[in-house]
Amino acid sequence: MPMVENPGRARAARTTRAVLAVAVCLLFLVPVIWMLMTAFKPRDAIISVPPRVTFTPSLEGFVGLFTQRSTLTKMQMERYQQRTDLNWMDEIALERGLAIIGPSKYRDRLLNSVIIASASTVLSVALGVLAAYAFSRFRVKATNDWQFFILSTRMLPPVVITIPIFLMYRQLGLYDTHIGMILLYTVFNLSLAVWLLKGFIDEIPREYEEAALVDGYSRWQAFTKIVLPQAITGIAATTVFCLIFAWNEYAFALMLTSERARTAPPSIPTVLGTAGIEWSAIAAGSLLFLIPVVIVTFALRNYLLRGITFGALRR
Amino acid sequence: MAKEHVALRNRDVVRRSNRQSLSDETLKRLFLWPTLILLITFNIFPLLYSLYLSFTDFSAIANVPPNWVGLRNYQEILGSDQLWRYFQNTGRYVVLSVGLQTLVGFGLALLLRRRFAGSGLITTIILVPMMLSPIVVGLFWKLIYNPSYGIFNYMLGFSAGRGPDWLGTPQLAMWGVVIVDVWMWSPYVMLLCLAGLSAIPDYLYEAAEIDRASGWYTFRRITLPMVAPLLMIAILFRTIEAFKTFDLVMGLTGGGPGDSTELVAVNLYRIAFPQWQTGKASALAYIVLVVIIGVSNIYIRYLNRIKEG
Repeated sequence: MPMVENPGRARAARTTRAVLAVAVCLLFLVPVIWMLMTAFKPRDAIISVPPRVTFTPSLEGFVGLFTQRSTLTKMQMERYQQRTDLNWMDEIALERGLAIIGPSKYRDRLLNSVIIASASTVLSVALGVLAAYAFSRFRVKATNDWQFFILSTRMLPPVVITIPIFLMYRQLGLYDTHIGMILLYTVFNLSLAVWLLKGFIDEIPREYEEAALVDGYSRWQAFTKIVLPQAITGIAATTVFCLIFAWNEYAFALMLTSERARTAPPSIPTVLGTAGIEWSAIAAGSLLFLIPVVIVTFALRNYLLRGITFGALRR
Repeated sequence: MAKEHVALRNRDVVRRSNRQSLSDETLKRLFLWPTLILLITFNIFPLLYSLYLSFTDFSAIANVPPNWVGLRNYQEILGSDQLWRYFQNTGRYVVLSVGLQTLVGFGLALLLRRRFAGSGLITTIILVPMMLSPIVVGLFWKLIYNPSYGIFNYMLGFSAGRGPDWLGTPQLAMWGVVIVDVWMWSPYVMLLCLAGLSAIPDYLYEAAEIDRASGWYTFRRITLPMVAPLLMIAILFRTIEAFKTFDLVMGLTGGGPGDSTELVAVNLYRIAFPQWQTGKASALAYIVLVVIIGVSNIYIRYLNRIKEG
């Protein structure tokens, strides 16, 4: 009897779970969708009561993000309106009585973010995979202490080490430089990379390498030709995590950069205008900032899930 | 005869590869040292330096060399009611947000553990919040919480302007921060739990079913112990991160209203940078450090016990 009953009940349970999962997923998405919508909302739609879902899309937010504007007086405005050399950005600003007086710094900051996040990610994953392999396969003296030390570096609140590093960087001329930030983010992500990758490498059977060593491979060859391809899912997952952390990092950037090497996260709050908060600009900035991360994650989605379910796949 | 022959050949191979390439010992050093040297230069040296500074009245913007003041900074900090309150705020924040994240994250993982059409996409979508920058999330949730035109109160069913001002009321502001943190980081717990869940072999559940074990019993005796190691890793990382929370609070409340969401890390930043009391900040940094290392030590011990047991 139970054999007959079970399939139906199981299917009902599965359907319930699926419906619940979709509901939760939508709930999680509300703030993100709201951000997406706000980025394209004109000013009056953002502060409308009750919150508005339909609106005429506008690029006001993006213009606000990438330009600096000044308010026009009535006379200036009339003169300004007669000019024929206005581009679409000027037109949008003009609708709100503003003139674009120059580009904002946000584009450079975004570029700094790209350079610093990608360089530091490559470095920390490369160094991390070597260290993880050594910890996983070789007898390391006081291995637990070293691993605890590595993990403990990640526990430090950024501001704790920033105080001495600020002084150190000022002495060495690394304050507000790309190299300084790349080094710092590499160190910041190294502990995560080592720990994550050690877990992945531990799960690769040693027998593969041992067989290769017997076949005359050197240890280095065994590492590059056997272990690295096997660990690729783990490496991909680690890369995504490091990339996200470096890309989003705020505290170090706030305290150790000012102009040249400043990244996007500490710049977005300063987009806050003087005449009230420019929500559409903040949303537009956040959106541009979020897109690369989402693309990377979706591209690596299968690797990521496989990397995370590594234990299951080995079975 | 045959055995001897194989052994001989193996030795031959080993000898040959030793000649051509790096020994394991050298390779081990080459692999380990870059990481360890970087970590030591960027953590141990600075920490020794700031240990020294914590006994001085140094200010990074004054052109005066550090002046030894002994334990005065520590006495000032430990004798200050204000700082105790910030420590309490931080403790409350960590317990609330990590506790809720564990519940929500584990719940989500149970919901998504069995594949169905679209479950992969849903899992990925749920992961989106944790990819966002906390400072940006904080700023943006300010709009969501806005008492007059925010969508949060609206979704809770309050009519415009009638709902609570989440970030403007001292009693609610902490919850406001916790809710955002849970929204962001439950997916992280979920991800690790999912990995743990998918590693549970089906035959355990089949055996439990044959034994007519109750659902709760199965959960307690199979699901929970099998997920526990990865769940502990998630809790470990989240506790440490929650202790360090800085960005989110800076974006959401800046520590306010009053000092109801002033966490230790935020206050430390205030003392160190805008106020430039480098010596005092170093002392507070050391107190935070001791607390954090203490907490994480407990977790790592627990983690090792689970792994071995």
